[in-house]
Amino acid sequence: MYGLKQIYNFYYEGFKRMKIGKKLWLLIIVKVFILFVIIKWIFFPDILKTKFDTDAQRSAFVLEQLMHHKEK
Amino acid sequence: MEHTDLLIDWSRAQFALTALYHWLFVPLTLGLTFIIAIMETIYVKTEDIWWKQTTQFWMTILAINFAIGLATGIIMEFEFGTNWSNYSWIVGDIFGAPLAIEGLMAFFMESTFFAMMFFGWEKVSKKMHLLSTWFVAIGSNLSALWILVANGWMQHPIGMTFNPNTARNEMHNFSEVFFNPMAVNKFLHTISSGYVLASVFVIGVSAWYLIKRRDIMFAKRSIIVAASFGLISSFYMLISGDESAFEVAQKQPMKLAAMEGLYKGEERAGIIAIGILNKEKKIGDKNKTFLFSFEIPNALSFLGYHSLNAFVPGIEDLIYGNKEHNLISVSQKMKEGQIAVNALTLYKKFKKEGNVSKAKEALRTFRAHEHYLGYGYLKTPKDAVPNVALTFYSFHTMVGLGTWFLILFILVLYFAMINEIENKRWILYLALWSIPLAYVAQECGWIVAEVGRQPWAIQDLLPVGMAASNIASNSVMVTFWLFTILFTGLLIAEVKIMLTQIKIGPEAH
Repeated sequence: MYGLKQIYNFYYEGFKRMKIGKKLWLLIIVKVFILFVIIKWIFFPDILKTKFDTDAQRSAFVLEQLMHHKEK
Repeated sequence: MEHTDLLIDWSRAQFALTALYHWLFVPLTLGLTFIIAIMETIYVKTEDIWWKQTTQFWMTILAINFAIGLATGIIMEFEFGTNWSNYSWIVGDIFGAPLAIEGLMAFFMESTFFAMMFFGWEKVSKKMHLLSTWFVAIGSNLSALWILVANGWMQHPIGMTFNPNTARNEMHNFSEVFFNPMAVNKFLHTISSGYVLASVFVIGVSAWYLIKRRDIMFAKRSIIVAASFGLISSFYMLISGDESAFEVAQKQPMKLAAMEGLYKGEERAGIIAIGILNKEKKIGDKNKTFLFSFEIPNALSFLGYHSLNAFVPGIEDLIYGNKEHNLISVSQKMKEGQIAVNALTLYKKFKKEGNVSKAKEALRTFRAHEHYLGYGYLKTPKDAVPNVALTFYSFHTMVGLGTWFLILFILVLYFAMINEIENKRWILYLALWSIPLAYVAQECGWIVAEVGRQPWAIQDLLPVGMAASNIASNSVMVTFWLFTILFTGLLIAEVKIMLTQIKIGPEAH
């Protein structure tokens, strides 16, 4: 328990004393929000995961592409 | 929706933009962590507080670079799932293990040693702090290892078997994948080039302080550490570059031919030290390849095959074949690829019909020709040729700048050692303006590696056209511009924060 408290204090004090670090953390949070919440969610669905429910269906789809799709 | 050239080009452009942007941050982290570790080691050994201040300043610069670069690589994973879904399905098992190890390593390293390095100055002993700084340096470089193992596999796919039932490559030999010579050389060359960039960066920023005649002691000490580290790294980069070129000659001869603009193969082939390509030159015509060139005799034969007299195949030998040197034509490979595609189709058909013996026969045919599977999807033999001009100029820019950095390290180290560096303003300005050049060299290196291996997403097995998802090109175009705006904004933020910190200087620590 004492060890956990020490670890907590280590991080707490570290974050509290940061100068430029606060600005950087803000930048990281904004960036990660834009990347994961906006960009990933709206623009980047996983095509095979959203189109198909099982791995067997995904395999069949990709195999179909490999067997019958000629590259343009 | 149908695959179109437009869709494939936008998907490639978007991936290139993301990868090139991500790579603006990685090499500085790879090298600066080691420079910081060296500086802190000197501090612990000498107990000189100046070295602590110097270490802490560069640590702040590292933190800024790390924060802005953090998670930029994750966008490539989004793109794999959306724009390159066929590819990510086909390579899934190969990429899964190295990337999972990389993710776990990065998480544990960053949450423990990174935190100790930044927060632990007054909390842990000097030796413990130094140990965590070295762990951060080693750990950052090991993170790059896993990504480059995955990339090396795409350049030279070994240690796997394609499963025609699942359409996935399955790893059967981890050590073959891990010790893939393309991966090993790529890793060593990439990290050493990162060390060179970080050295140029530290020297350039320190030169700015000397130009402004402030923080003289800090700047001179930083220069001596960075120039020594950069000089050693440059020699190592030369050796690993030579090894990389040797591997490329064996595994990707078309890339080597494009790197040198070599259309007709020759024995005792030379390296073009400086050259301007003739835009009119086309494959198979009689136009001259270069408008102007200066060649180092025999050097390409030596670089590619470690023999001064070796034959180096040109683009036309690889396209049309060369019986004398046992090179088969792309047309022949396309025929074999088409046999593999047809055999795969028959295998699935017979398997569905329950015709076991015919399915086995089709599978045997597939296995006999699958090493050229990707050629079965090409329309013409010329599709197997990458963009020669882009590959050639990128390669020569990279090599030229690498040579310049070596000279810069020697000059800077010499003048720093004789205590004359602050009086040589010309070298200080050269050092300062070399910072952007180091980034140009890095990006050129990746252009050579990735454009030079086109049209392949996986060498000889999967062309980019087959790797791409069948989605609307407009949506890829929209996200391309979205990323351009986002990346530009982040880059401006980084440069601004970094410049502010540099102007504040080391005395704030």
